Amino acid sequence: MSDDIRQQHDMGGLDKGPVTPSEHEIEPWEKRVEAIMRLLSMRKDRIVTVDELRRGIEELPPELYDTIGYYERWIMSLSNILVEKGVLDRAELDARVRELEAAE
Amino acid sequence: MPHDDPHTHVHDHAAIEADEPQGYYQHLAAATRSLLIEKGAFTADDMRAMIERIDERSPALGAKIVARAWTDQAFKARLLSRGKQTIKEEMEIDPVAADIVVVENTAEVHNVVVCTLCSCYPVFILGRPPDWYKSYAYRSRAVRDPRGVLREFGTEIDPAREVRVHDSTADMRYLVLPMQPEGTEGWPEERLAGLVTRDTMVGTAEVRPAA
Repeated sequence: MSDDIRQQHDMGGLDKGPVTPSEHEIEPWEKRVEAIMRLLSMRKDRIVTVDELRRGIEELPPELYDTIGYYERWIMSLSNILVEKGVLDRAELDARVRELEAAE
Repeated sequence: MPHDDPHTHVHDHAAIEADEPQGYYQHLAAATRSLLIEKGAFTADDMRAMIERIDERSPALGAKIVARAWTDQAFKARLLSRGKQTIKEEMEIDPVAADIVVVENTAEVHNVVVCTLCSCYPVFILGRPPDWYKSYAYRSRAVRDPRGVLREFGTEIDPAREVRVHDSTADMRYLVLPMQPEGTEGWPEERLAGLVTRDTMVGTAEVRPAA
């Protein structure tokens, strides 16, 4: 398979340099993103599934995928899927973000 | 709890994460969370309980499974043939994931686990994955040059042994059953479990005999 038809997340077999066996203490906001996702996916009605989360991550623009952090990709995907499914409204979400920014 | 009030927690973050450059994603996370709580998808208490539930999971759980397999051949056989059910029913650990496959290291084979596409990992058995497991370097090269990657962890696998790499998916997650070190035969399970580290259950390290 030629590399130029790969999507950004599909990196098995490429060479992205040596592994740094790093540990990183997960931050409180990252734990909350993880918990939101698990609460939604473990409900009986599975508002968002793990597969949908991954699909949403894979659909992020390649340049964004490569520049934002792991849980930043999660919240981007998660919020996009919630809007797509009509659980959240884009305008309402944007307004809430602006409200939080203004409160800072 | 200030941490659970969506309107004040951003201030906590500013204090805790002074080096965090991208405030936008934290705000997006807080906005998503508060709207979902308002719409009744879950409560703030559910969030707290879930975070605690994940925080409780650690490699110590996996180590107990490994130590049990080392001391009980019948258990080991069941673990290798029906990983998820055996862990759930006999160890009373709910692996949550759709399926768990346990792969055994032997004198002939060494197993390594990766998720090339993302970060699938047996979180409810080992806790959250380490950063390197999610790194592009590990994801890309574990399937291309596994022996080279293992060397970066200080792990040298005898060339006579086959290295088998398992690529995880959301529905199929792997746990490596490492080899029991020589000289530990007859040890009680608890003492054996103390030898088993996270990396030995991902396959980037081998269990070292106790000094």
